[in-house]
Amino acid sequence: MVLNCKHVWDHISEYLDGTLDPEMLDQVKKHLEHCEICSAVLDSTRNILILTADDRTFSLPVGFSERLHDRLEQALRNPPD
Amino acid sequence: MLIEGNNERSMVGNGDESDVIAAILAGETQLFHELIRPYERSVYMVALSMLKDSADAEDVAQESFLKAYCGLAKFRAESKFSTWLISIAINEARSRLRKQKTSRTESLDVTSEDGAPVSPAALTDWREIPSEILERQEVRLLLQEAVTELPTIYREVFVLRDMEELSVNESAAVLGISVASVKVRLHRARIMLQKRLAPQLNKIVAPKKRRFPWF
Repeated sequence: MVLNCKHVWDHISEYLDGTLDPEMLDQVKKHLEHCEICSAVLDSTRNILILTADDRTFSLPVGFSERLHDRLEQALRNPPD
Repeated sequence: MLIEGNNERSMVGNGDESDVIAAILAGETQLFHELIRPYERSVYMVALSMLKDSADAEDVAQESFLKAYCGLAKFRAESKFSTWLISIAINEARSRLRKQKTSRTESLDVTSEDGAPVSPAALTDWREIPSEILERQEVRLLLQEAVTELPTIYREVFVLRDMEELSVNESAAVLGISVASVKVRLHRARIMLQKRLAPQLNKIVAPKKRRFPWF
């Protein structure tokens, strides 16, 4: 079976997770070798996931930790149930 | 996934954690501060992914840690402490959402995962965007909006898997959905983000680069 681009797109997630079965992995790799569009789709997806997962993208509200531990402090005066 | 984010992870191993939990239950309650410190961000992010509002998410995060403290004796070491905390946060967030639904009209963004296939933005080449670009607020905002505006069922899975690095099985367990659903939703979330963000980021990084929007 020869994969077209749309088939490859269906497998991008598993490709990134390293969970494609060896036969499909081989076919996807072969397609990627000659398809600049799918290669760019894969590279951009991987790159965007790295950027969104970076802690700088979503930061904790200023003072979050202090407020949390202040609130906990009152509860910690009593032992847990 | 075969990528690494810039995430700080727990310095306390599972073995140490169970010792700390035992000590807290034996009366050294102050140790709870240190026990939860590595997970503050995860619990907040999970709450934020479900509630979309930072003040609500902070409140739910605080409530979750309080619940975790009160119910610490119920924690069983066969699950990871982090996963247990995240389950509590998901339950708290869901309960908050139910309360909100009774007081205002909820926008329905539940999307069937059997819907039409999602296609990525087809580019002909991609120049790697370094993470230094996150110093720019406009880039952070683009990314935040794209994640926040994912339909809820996709956003929940995306945050657990790709941002908080839970396994497929752990994500399925804490959300109460099948492993197959986690995989489908995660795939769709990732493609939706690529479709939206790749053209936007390309414009920011290389404004004059020629692109083919579709083929």
